[in-house]
Amino acid sequence: MHGQDFFGLTFVLLAASLVAVPLAKKLGLGSVLGYLVAGIAVGPFVLNLVGAEGEHIMHFAEFGVVLMLFLIGLELDPQKLWRLRRGILGLGGAQVLVTAVLIAAAAMLAGTAWRPAVAAGLALALSSTAIVLQTLSEKGWLRLDAGQNAFSVLLFQDVAVIPILALLPLLIDPALKEAVVAAETPLSELPSWSKPLAVVAAMSLVVVLGRFLVSPVLRIIARTRLHELSLAAALVLVVGIALLMDRVGLSPALGTFLAGVVLAGSEYRHELEANIEPFKGLLLGVFFVAVGASLDLDLVAGSPLTVGGMLLVLVGVKLLVLAILGRVFGLRRDQNLMFTLCLAQGGEFAFVLLSFAVQQRVMAAADAALLIVTVTLSMALTPLLLLFYERVLQPRVGTHRTDDRPSDTVESHADVIIVGFGHFGSALGRLLRTAGHCPTVLDHDSDRVELLRKLGLTVYFGDATRVEVLRAAGAEQAGILVLALDNPEAQLHLVRLAQEHFPQATIVARAGGWVHAHELMEAGVDHVFRESLDSAMRMGAETLRLLGLRGNRAYRLSRQFRRRDEAMLRDLLAHRHDQEYLSRAREHIQDLESLMQAEQTDDLNADAGWDPGPLRRAARQDGEKPD
Amino acid sequence: MHRSVLIVFAHPSLKKSRTGRILAESASGLDGVVIHDLYESYPEGDVDVERERELLLAHDIVILQHPFYWYSIPPLLKEWIDLVLGFGWAYGPGGDALRDKSLLSALTCGGGLEAYTRKGQNRYTVREFLAPVEQTGRLCGMEWLGPFVVHGTLKLTETEIRQHAVDYRRLIEALRDDRFDAGRAAKLTHINADVDAVIRED
Repeated sequence: MHGQDFFGLTFVLLAASLVAVPLAKKLGLGSVLGYLVAGIAVGPFVLNLVGAEGEHIMHFAEFGVVLMLFLIGLELDPQKLWRLRRGILGLGGAQVLVTAVLIAAAAMLAGTAWRPAVAAGLALALSSTAIVLQTLSEKGWLRLDAGQNAFSVLLFQDVAVIPILALLPLLIDPALKEAVVAAETPLSELPSWSKPLAVVAAMSLVVVLGRFLVSPVLRIIARTRLHELSLAAALVLVVGIALLMDRVGLSPALGTFLAGVVLAGSEYRHELEANIEPFKGLLLGVFFVAVGASLDLDLVAGSPLTVGGMLLVLVGVKLLVLAILGRVFGLRRDQNLMFTLCLAQGGEFAFVLLSFAVQQRVMAAADAALLIVTVTLSMALTPLLLLFYERVLQPRVGTHRTDDRPSDTVESHADVIIVGFGHFGSALGRLLRTAGHCPTVLDHDSDRVELLRKLGLTVYFGDATRVEVLRAAGAEQAGILVLALDNPEAQLHLVRLAQEHFPQATIVARAGGWVHAHELMEAGVDHVFRESLDSAMRMGAETLRLLGLRGNRAYRLSRQFRRRDEAMLRDLLAHRHDQEYLSRAREHIQDLESLMQAEQTDDLNADAGWDPGPLRRAARQDGEKPD
Repeated sequence: MHRSVLIVFAHPSLKKSRTGRILAESASGLDGVVIHDLYESYPEGDVDVERERELLLAHDIVILQHPFYWYSIPPLLKEWIDLVLGFGWAYGPGGDALRDKSLLSALTCGGGLEAYTRKGQNRYTVREFLAPVEQTGRLCGMEWLGPFVVHGTLKLTETEIRQHAVDYRRLIEALRDDRFDAGRAAKLTHINADVDAVIRED
């Protein structure tokens, strides 16, 4: 480690990203290329700040991919996943199979024996989940047709790793037969018949845990109101599942994805998302840096033609297969181009599969090294291909936005978010539901969330004064934010947060009294409602009825009072910081009451049309009736 | 453009309406024409008398557009008439705010034209049923231009409704541009019985 401690390494990795990523973004290249370039810069061939640690860091940081799949799972409840089945099984299956066959054939044409050729084909058929999903979500393409299909293919590839790992030992090259190391498949100590059982048991365990255990445990933790505890709980959950999957030889990413899907309906969904998101971002970044740092530039310089040729074949075959399949599966031209270009690279699974192939004596180490370099380069090529698409191709094939199937998307959100679901928020939310809207509801009282869920309402636990929680709930896409907390300071804080981070959303806010309403209005909220005004008016009208007023009269009086009171509130806003605020307010109150009392003597001014008084007086004067 | 048009639109359940909505849409966006949606503006029924009077003062032609419920206007429109057309403002001593403006009705009704005849099941014509509206206008010194009626809305096809909407729009444009022949219109059962006849092309 060149005498560097953990902190030194962390510093180098993060600092390199801090320099390279904003630069790459500025150049329109996206963050991924920035990370990769940062990695190459700090790697052994340029600045040599990371030494040979690159690969180890990479294995550690691969956990970012696991976290990412967990987050994607959270966005995809089982119904949505079911809708993607055609893409996953058909498109994904065909892609892996055809690509593997063609690459193996190419390798054999180049003189490789069939066994290592097949191994290479299988390893290179897989694309990079990390790069593709990171890039797609960065560009906001994940919800498009192309993004959906790319995601489906990647999901299939994640599953395909398992049988490929099982298949590789069968491809042992007789020439390399001597000194086969006992395979390190995690289940090797088990008798072979029980392996499938262990796999099924592990998957079931994830489903059962996610379904029945996670929510109650998170509820208990939420009651402590210690944010760091729920953070720890989220990490324990994901790391635990990853460990379990590793134990039975499944991809940890697949396991956490499954857990995510199971938890997609849970009230802690947005809280989990908000807690995991920063770790994912950080680890993915480090992962890309590590991939860059482990790029063997000596090898590239030593045989540039070989590497260049292999890169050409890899990307060329992938492009061809993807383009044809995209067409067969009915993608429109612009979407198919995007889909094709974004998946045309080797992925991180290739690193795992290739080193496993070497270990199993399926492939010579030198060949594997060449392939790994090729894959790394193809990963770096992806952002460039997509840039090419954006700048050159897309303007020619037309628009890429397809909003015609919004319900199928990986991350579709309600257009209304209600924050605070006490008596106030829940009455409001139920009203919205009667009109067919399904608001996303956030509340930070775990007991209340549990109760409301038992009543059949969709409510999520989450402290909405944290911007990550709001973001996870979809605030970036929301048209309306209904802020119904009973705490004035929290409401104001939320308003500022929303205005800063989600300026597209219209804010509808609950206010306490005058002062609070004024604060909210001053902060720029147009729709402010004092929480007790309407019920006070209704109760007042009822009291007037009990005092003998007719119902309609009491009702209309209260409505008029409310209208004037609100006009007065708006009027007073201008004088909020004046010395005479209080005296003006007092005047207003007196004015309002005397004005309305004056009208009592005749009738409500606004209802004068129903008052026969003036007509009667006129009739007495000239004896003529209009009606 | 010679005269400004105010459409006072009253439809308590626009969501369920086909014809009324298409007519209103066809009239919207015209220069010099304002559509004022009563049930949208006053969901609680609290008609703002001052605001309504200002609107009326600012326009020359008033169209009351509504569905025909029980041979009459919807309740909020009646309330609007009660409260806005006040004594001493719209009629009575000093009540000349609406003098010399024009008034017409535009309405949609489920029954066909033949149902609104002496021998039909409704026994009176729509023009006859609208006598209270006509007289309300007259008392306020307004010229009554008659009704624009879309009959038989329950059985209309989309294409037929669109044709009525085109007629409605043409009529409003003619009113606005002073190309409307009130004398001819008065002789028809309803204005749109012969749209071409009441619009002067010049």
